[in-house]
Amino acid sequence: MSIVQTVADYLPIVPKPRPKYVTENGKRVHGLIAEYDTPADVYHAAEKIRDAGYKKWDVHSPFPIHGIEEAMGVKRTILPYIVFKVGLGGAFGGWLLQYWITAVDYTGFTVQGKPYGAWEPFTMIIFELGVLHAAFAALIGMLMLNGLPRWNHPLFSSDRFLGTSQGKFMIGIEATDKSFDPEASRALLESTGGNDIEIIEDDD
Amino acid sequence: MSALHPDQVTAERLAGLRPGAAGRDVDMGLGDGTLTEDPALESPLVLGDRSFDEVTDIVCGYAENPAPKWWLIAFGIASPIAGLGTLFILYMIITGVGTWGLNNQVDWAWDITNFVFWIGIGHAGTLISAILCLLKQKWRTAVNRSAEAMTIFAVICAGIFPGIHVGRVWFAWFLFPIPNYNWIWPNFRSPLLWDVFAVSTYATVSALFWYMGMIPDLATLRDRADARLRKGISKPFSLELPTGHFVVIDAITPDKIRAFVYGLLSLGWRASSRHWHRYEAAYLILAGISTPLVLSVHSIVSFDFATSVLPGWHTTIFPPYFVAGAIFGGFAMVLLLLIPLRQVMPNFKDLLTLRHLENMAKIILLTGMMVGFAYGMEFFIAWYGANEYEAFVFTNNRALPTWISDKGAPYWWAYWAMISCNVLSPQVFWFRKLRQNPLVIWIVALFVTIGMWFERFVIIVTSLHRAFLPGEWHMFFPTLTDIGIFVGSIGIFATLFLLFVKFLPTFAMAELKAVMPAADPHGHHGDHQTGHDPQHGIAGGADQKHQGTANAEGGH
Repeated sequence: MSIVQTVADYLPIVPKPRPKYVTENGKRVHGLIAEYDTPADVYHAAEKIRDAGYKKWDVHSPFPIHGIEEAMGVKRTILPYIVFKVGLGGAFGGWLLQYWITAVDYTGFTVQGKPYGAWEPFTMIIFELGVLHAAFAALIGMLMLNGLPRWNHPLFSSDRFLGTSQGKFMIGIEATDKSFDPEASRALLESTGGNDIEIIEDDD
Repeated sequence: MSALHPDQVTAERLAGLRPGAAGRDVDMGLGDGTLTEDPALESPLVLGDRSFDEVTDIVCGYAENPAPKWWLIAFGIASPIAGLGTLFILYMIITGVGTWGLNNQVDWAWDITNFVFWIGIGHAGTLISAILCLLKQKWRTAVNRSAEAMTIFAVICAGIFPGIHVGRVWFAWFLFPIPNYNWIWPNFRSPLLWDVFAVSTYATVSALFWYMGMIPDLATLRDRADARLRKGISKPFSLELPTGHFVVIDAITPDKIRAFVYGLLSLGWRASSRHWHRYEAAYLILAGISTPLVLSVHSIVSFDFATSVLPGWHTTIFPPYFVAGAIFGGFAMVLLLLIPLRQVMPNFKDLLTLRHLENMAKIILLTGMMVGFAYGMEFFIAWYGANEYEAFVFTNNRALPTWISDKGAPYWWAYWAMISCNVLSPQVFWFRKLRQNPLVIWIVALFVTIGMWFERFVIIVTSLHRAFLPGEWHMFFPTLTDIGIFVGSIGIFATLFLLFVKFLPTFAMAELKAVMPAADPHGHHGDHQTGHDPQHGIAGGADQKHQGTANAEGGH
């Protein structure tokens, strides 16, 4: 289900799964958003929504709230492993590049009587290329795990949502969540102190 | 002096307005109130009791409001200098390196001096972003964005010089291991080639780090432009001329351009906590790998010299000496740029407080002592190692003035300019009053910047101009092209920095908000009591300013 959804988001040719909930306008319901006043409010609300068993929901805040991962029950990201492996690959590539050029392809060029394949002079470039690849892996890996870049998102249709990158705190629950129910989820958001609860429509 | 009620004293002390220990005579309310000397107190990082929206308004205002007059004037001065410098570079490429004052003996001079000068300046940004991030120095959030920008622009300026000093610039691709029909490869045992990889890696990683840090802030700018477009309150393009007249072009709506450009650059960022989680992991990883990188880059730059056999270059102290000097010169440039911005940009002083300046002044003092130690150690090793050539370089090529001895150094003035700027001038920071005064800090930073240029000049030219064969001894005299390209590189740097100040988020807004006391989900509950949980609240409903002291470990 979620794989189909993800592919459908990126490739418009793939039909999206039939919506479970539709608004009066006949548009697909993306989810509900609720606004909170302070980081503490949204933090405690997140704990309650996590405990209610929701999986497809998110806290939107202008800065990373300290400890929100635990409050949301988010697993540790696998990004460090990706970066480590790519960095190691880059470092190995750096050694291979230098070794192949110096000791395989272009021998006969003796410098200071040193062995062709001596590893010592290669250490600098091995390190630099390792770091270079790790840095690219960190940025690109972060973006890919986040499903970014993307042109648009249903949440951006809400005028108030634009405030989350400035000073507002919001929780959004997606309609594709198994526990999602228009009435029950709204009541839950209200009980956690969420204000101005709004239904987000998916435009297509 | 009337006695205050004890509670009032405690409240003032917690607010950072009063020294901690009773009876100690430290001036209250010194400067902007961030200069408390009590190590138990943490100064507020953002002044004026600002909300998140106010911080956003201040920082985004720099990019959204019409260009102020001082900016137009500064840009009007800097960009022609940059253009002129580019023309000098073009002239030099067309005509050849003979247009520089190089000769057989001094075959590296201002070109490599400028390269090392700029690449050194380019170290402070990553140092602030990476090392201070790992050390959890929260004050870095006020300076890291502009310092990173400065880093990238300095590395751009640095990259010009090795590129053009090779002479035939159209063969510069020989620097890279590109398969070619000449069947030749670069020599991987040469530190000059390590340098190519180090500098290009450093430029790339710094740019990635800078860009990744900006993604959330670019999203903020995008959302604000978008919100104005939706509300229909976007203004057409207008430019205030120095004469006071306004040029208004109705056809251009800056907000449309902003929504598009910032929207493209922010990659669809939607401030999601699941994204923030991976973002913070990526940021920490980049900080972790940039720390050894920044130390490696200037070490490798120093290998360009240290692996040669030339007395004055062939010393093992070079890598740490160069790195300390790079941090020293880089912080000086940060202060040189930011102290004037504090004066001309509205509310800048509330985000970049005197405490920030004082911290950087202390780093300048520390690293200044380190380079001072290195200068002294060069003499000690020359004497202790009983190497007469090395001793000759340091004494007769650098330190001994010609008016004292016939065998003195013709470049003694360069050496002593370096010593007085780099070692003596930062010593004023031992005095608290002086290191808390922005004008004094700015003047010292200017001296340090000049001194660090002279340091590289001294290392390169004085070592080269009198090497082993006295018959080849030769002085170096810069030509107009030398001067034009150096001044032009300053113009390029200033132009890029001014463009950054005008069009990009000058402060790391997201990080700045995260270190504000109100950002702590366990400490601050705001004025209302919704969702108040007594287990988590330390002082619910208390003033924000006091919270900074109550919660030593906020978000990071």
